[in-house]
Amino acid sequence: MSETTLYIQHFNEESRPLDYYLSKMNGYVAAKKALSMQQDDIINEVKKSNLRGRGGAGFPTGMKWGFIPKQSTKPKYLVCNADESEPGTFKDRDIMRYTPHLLIEGMVIGGYAIGSSIGYIYIRGEYTREAKLLQAAIDEAYAKGYLGKNILGSGFNFDLTVHRGAGAYICGEETALLNSLEGKRGEPRVKPPFPAQSGAFAGPTIVNNVETLADVPFIINQGGEWFAKLGKLEKSGGTRLISISGHVKKPGVYELPAGGATIRQLIYDYCGGILNDRKLKAVIPGGSSAPVLTADEIDVIYDIEPLMKIGTMMGSAAIMVVSEDYCVVKLIKRITKFYAHESCGQCTPCREGCKWMEDILHRIEDGHGRDQDLTMLLDIADNINGKTLCALGDAAAGPVTSFVKKFRADFEAHIRGGKCPSA
Amino acid sequence: MAKVLSEKFYAEMKKLEPRYPTKVALLLPALHQAQEEFGWLPPEAMDEVGVYIGIHPAQVREVASFYTMYNLKPVGKYHLKICTNVACCLRGADELVEHCEKKLGIRCGETTLDKKFTLAEEECLGACGTAPAMMLNDDYHENLSALKLDQLLDGLR
Repeated sequence: MSETTLYIQHFNEESRPLDYYLSKMNGYVAAKKALSMQQDDIINEVKKSNLRGRGGAGFPTGMKWGFIPKQSTKPKYLVCNADESEPGTFKDRDIMRYTPHLLIEGMVIGGYAIGSSIGYIYIRGEYTREAKLLQAAIDEAYAKGYLGKNILGSGFNFDLTVHRGAGAYICGEETALLNSLEGKRGEPRVKPPFPAQSGAFAGPTIVNNVETLADVPFIINQGGEWFAKLGKLEKSGGTRLISISGHVKKPGVYELPAGGATIRQLIYDYCGGILNDRKLKAVIPGGSSAPVLTADEIDVIYDIEPLMKIGTMMGSAAIMVVSEDYCVVKLIKRITKFYAHESCGQCTPCREGCKWMEDILHRIEDGHGRDQDLTMLLDIADNINGKTLCALGDAAAGPVTSFVKKFRADFEAHIRGGKCPSA
Repeated sequence: MAKVLSEKFYAEMKKLEPRYPTKVALLLPALHQAQEEFGWLPPEAMDEVGVYIGIHPAQVREVASFYTMYNLKPVGKYHLKICTNVACCLRGADELVEHCEKKLGIRCGETTLDKKFTLAEEECLGACGTAPAMMLNDDYHENLSALKLDQLLDGLR
């Protein structure tokens, strides 16, 4: 466990002030260096780093930045997605409350690289304290000339504003986030056009996750190749902040090289095993949108491709661990209730389908399930999956399908027995 | 129309205006600010926000009703929002909700007769590593237990 970590050693209250950032974390050295570089060279460095989006999609960041048109009649925008709404995820909160200047510096560099002078941090409304801490750090940065006009004498201007959401899971979807930023309902947009062509206020826009942007100063300071080599797999650079919760002895945020451990190692070596030494029942490996894994599927390297290969996803790197004493039917009902609640209502398959799935799961859990219910659940999930504007539909369908397929016996026991077998 | 929003509201908005290319973008910040003044969003306040931004009152409501944090009804002095999403449920959030319902004598979504407490279930708060978690007004309370909750609530009475 003596691997290089970038963040975790700084995750405490003492790290927050600018003084600490300057003296202990090479603060704003990367910004100074970047502002003397060519924009394309910065983008190339990020490409070399194999940094992939930390919000859930895992899209290569350097490539995304490269999509921004060089010439634009409209202002360009850099937006940080700090909505952190995927259930099970709580890593960005630590970055914002303990090392806010990393994010600010990452945004200055990102803004310069894509030719944008306007940045927003769209933070979920519930993170009131974190929004205040970020604002205080931004004020410090303005006072010392790391934000605002003519940053560090480079001639580059960058203004950064914290924008609070107001409680809507869907605003973590980037086009819903942009609508919300513009003062509208958080409803996802039809794509194309993608945000890089027409995003915030119809200008070319890049939306990046908090951790993605916070990684950028490390890449500029130590080089893209160095960052790429931190990762243990070919296509994934850097370290990953992994949120682990549920039935483990030591839940929390862990930092490992990308692809540096299996799920089994994370649960048993890092988190000390299952609460009360019970047996493992299920693992949700990438936030509640990720298809579930059974206890014998956890010897998989925890990274994007290995998880994709076994039919699930790493998502926002949030692992939720479930022990044998918790009813999986109750669990998937709760997950589905969430998606039914959070569906924005634009697309019929998602709006209607999520509610139907919730109702069916509800009656199965209550012991009123019917023989044909499992077939019907799979059918509804299939009619949502891939048939909606945004990924919320898939996020609701995938878990239902996987729970029914992998824990069919548990569902059948509820239907036949007329009640939860463990109740 | 008599004004209901304070000078402070307009001063805060004035500060934010140069930060956005459109005035409509100020709608979410304006609703947050208005709610801070009343604890909820009375119709007159929403109407005034609409006048300030220059949009139809229906547009204000269309947006305000989309987001769960905007209270369209008055809430108690203490607004308890207990997360019951996956990670918190795995750590006993359902029992906490039940405990609160009994203790306060109200169901989720209701307010006590003395207008002191409103109880609500909340979706994921992003505090899963310290579950179960809840918000009490703007503040997070984490690693909760029935005992901790009792101590907290008893201190507020």
